[in-house]
Amino acid sequence: MRFATTMLAAASLLALVGPAFAADAPGVAATEIKIGNTMPYSGPASAYGVIGKGEAAFFKMVNDKGGVAGHKIDFISVDDGYNPAKTVEQVRKLVEQDNVAFLFNTLGTPTNSAIQKYLNVKKIPQLFVATGADKWGEYKQFRWTMGWQPSYRTEAEIYAHYILREKPNAKIAVLYQNDDFGKDYVAGLKDGLGNKYSKMVVKEASYEVTDPTIDSQVVSLQASGADTLVTAATPKFAAQTIRKVYDIGWKPLHFMTNVSISVGSVMVPAGMEKGVGIISATYGKDPTDPTWANDAGMNEWRAFMKKYIPDADLKDANYVYAYGVALTMLHVLEQCKGDFSRENVMKQAADIKNLDIPTLLPGIKVSTSPTNYHPIRQMQLEKWDGKTWVLFGKVMGNAGG
Amino acid sequence: MAILDTPRPAATALFAGLSLRTWKLLGLALTLVVACVLPFVITSYELLLVTQVIVYAIALLGLNILTGYNGQFSLGHGAFYAIGAYVTAILLDKTGIPYWATIPIAGVICLVVGFLFGLPSLRLEGHYLALATFALAVATPQLLKFKDFDFLTGGVQGIVITAPSSPGLPMRDDQWLYFFCLLWTIPLFVLAWNLLRGRTGRALVAIRDHPLAAATMGIDLARYKSITFGVSAMYTGIAGALGALLAQFVSPDSFDFFLSIRFLVGIVIGGLASMTGAFFGAVFIEFVPNLADYLSKAAPQAIYGIVLIGCMYLMPNGVMGLIRRLGRHLGRLVAR
Repeated sequence: MRFATTMLAAASLLALVGPAFAADAPGVAATEIKIGNTMPYSGPASAYGVIGKGEAAFFKMVNDKGGVAGHKIDFISVDDGYNPAKTVEQVRKLVEQDNVAFLFNTLGTPTNSAIQKYLNVKKIPQLFVATGADKWGEYKQFRWTMGWQPSYRTEAEIYAHYILREKPNAKIAVLYQNDDFGKDYVAGLKDGLGNKYSKMVVKEASYEVTDPTIDSQVVSLQASGADTLVTAATPKFAAQTIRKVYDIGWKPLHFMTNVSISVGSVMVPAGMEKGVGIISATYGKDPTDPTWANDAGMNEWRAFMKKYIPDADLKDANYVYAYGVALTMLHVLEQCKGDFSRENVMKQAADIKNLDIPTLLPGIKVSTSPTNYHPIRQMQLEKWDGKTWVLFGKVMGNAGG
Repeated sequence: MAILDTPRPAATALFAGLSLRTWKLLGLALTLVVACVLPFVITSYELLLVTQVIVYAIALLGLNILTGYNGQFSLGHGAFYAIGAYVTAILLDKTGIPYWATIPIAGVICLVVGFLFGLPSLRLEGHYLALATFALAVATPQLLKFKDFDFLTGGVQGIVITAPSSPGLPMRDDQWLYFFCLLWTIPLFVLAWNLLRGRTGRALVAIRDHPLAAATMGIDLARYKSITFGVSAMYTGIAGALGALLAQFVSPDSFDFFLSIRFLVGIVIGGLASMTGAFFGAVFIEFVPNLADYLSKAAPQAIYGIVLIGCMYLMPNGVMGLIRRLGRHLGRLVAR
């Protein structure tokens, strides 16, 4: 009786596991695995299209080296023009026509929102999406969707922790753009400050993307008596804020979102000297930073660029991003050990243990688990010295989550 | 403009023993048969594209009624498409109204909005109207993001919709959605055909060709123009509502002002003042971007531009202009 039960259990287990392994691997042939991707090669966000180019070149390099577990990677990247309706159409083409195994690094918040439900219903991994919104880590509701870069919310939490440590009596003012992006920062500050939020934050002000200036917001924030300012603004408004804060003689401890730290589009228009002392945070190595001129990791990236995209602009940080996220993908594929079923790819993507990526800042690890869908949760603070951003302090944030 | 509407010679010529009219009816019947069989022989993705084409065709027909027949330029029809889409999305998201009932509601709302927008624009002619409508197209995505509408529109996040499922018929959901769109397309085209071939149509064309003469003949310009604007917006709004069901998602980024430009490209490529042309235009705006992307990742928009210029050079009066010209040549050959 006992023997029979055991046999029955074993048989049913086999029946369950056996065919799943062999049959349930769409997009995988004997020597090939198909990976789908959408990018804004045309339209308003086409500057990000280089990410797709970088990734295509990366997978070509992988194939030149023999592929992964005997499989060459067929990376199919298509244009969605940053239009969610087009993304839906293109993703259905990738899934139903091209029969890809899964989606990787599809770019944009609205575009990914449009396909998230479809992919989750079909149980197709939507891996390492290229957006900083916080909502890509909802492993309970969307088991098949995962982000990659630190979310805006994580970044704000790091600022909150820094303030609690260095300036526990700070009176904080918050200036944010009134959309998902800005609200993620407010949420992050609330996470970080906890029940001290209502005491420490003396004033919040928001602006609309359509506002011509944020001058009145800055003035009202100063009038609140705050000595610390957290700015979650896109580049144009960030430059205006820096200039206005300086012009009215306000000298708060100023935190600036990582989105608006470009030297060319924020610091120069604001006035290089007007932003001295501003603090931001970052997670990747900046290709223009002389600190990394002889860095082994960045040299690895430069060698790759020289061989596979010789005509590319090496100052474009999007290529560094592409290399880092593609390396993470490669790691997951290697960890699959030849079983590229959707189930296993997702399982391995949610089982990355302290992975080092050469283009990330030293000490920052990529880490996931079935209950942590935010692969990068660490950043390092940096300060504007009037000419360039200088890293300081230790890597902050909790890798394990 | 006027050259597009050169009256065709009465179809007296016979082709293979049948009159032109009979041939046209046969063609129409064949098209209908193909349209009904098609969803069962092509893949689900191809069906999505075909469905999108017929949805675009409705939108283009709407714009063509306004621009092609009535001579009023609109660079803002993407806005009506967006309103239609959002009405359906919001109704599905916030109320228990069944999906099929949201389509006529979207149509009526767009009819009213279009009519109201048409009133002040009566004072604006030609380029000025084009600019006013362009402003509408530019403003729409930002209005959809506006924080006080957030509770309805979902802000930049947009709204995710559940696709309608097949009502107990032996077909997949996407096949049902195709027929659902087709069930809207056919009556809308028949309605437009009835509207345009009779008195109303002649009035519209008269206003386009010579407003002063039209007014002298007793045509109420203001009434016709604003009603045309409303009807045109209604068509495009219904298309938007169907498009929302198809994409199962709406967000401000889905309806940027390029959409309006694409609609204009569609009617010009298809052929101004032509109902069949709407389908050709829809095929163009749906497939040429994909073709451009396939040919070049570096500069898809440049390829798109080249194809567009090529089309305009080879077919200055659009696809329908070309077909009519070929038809006339053929007629002359047969007559000899």
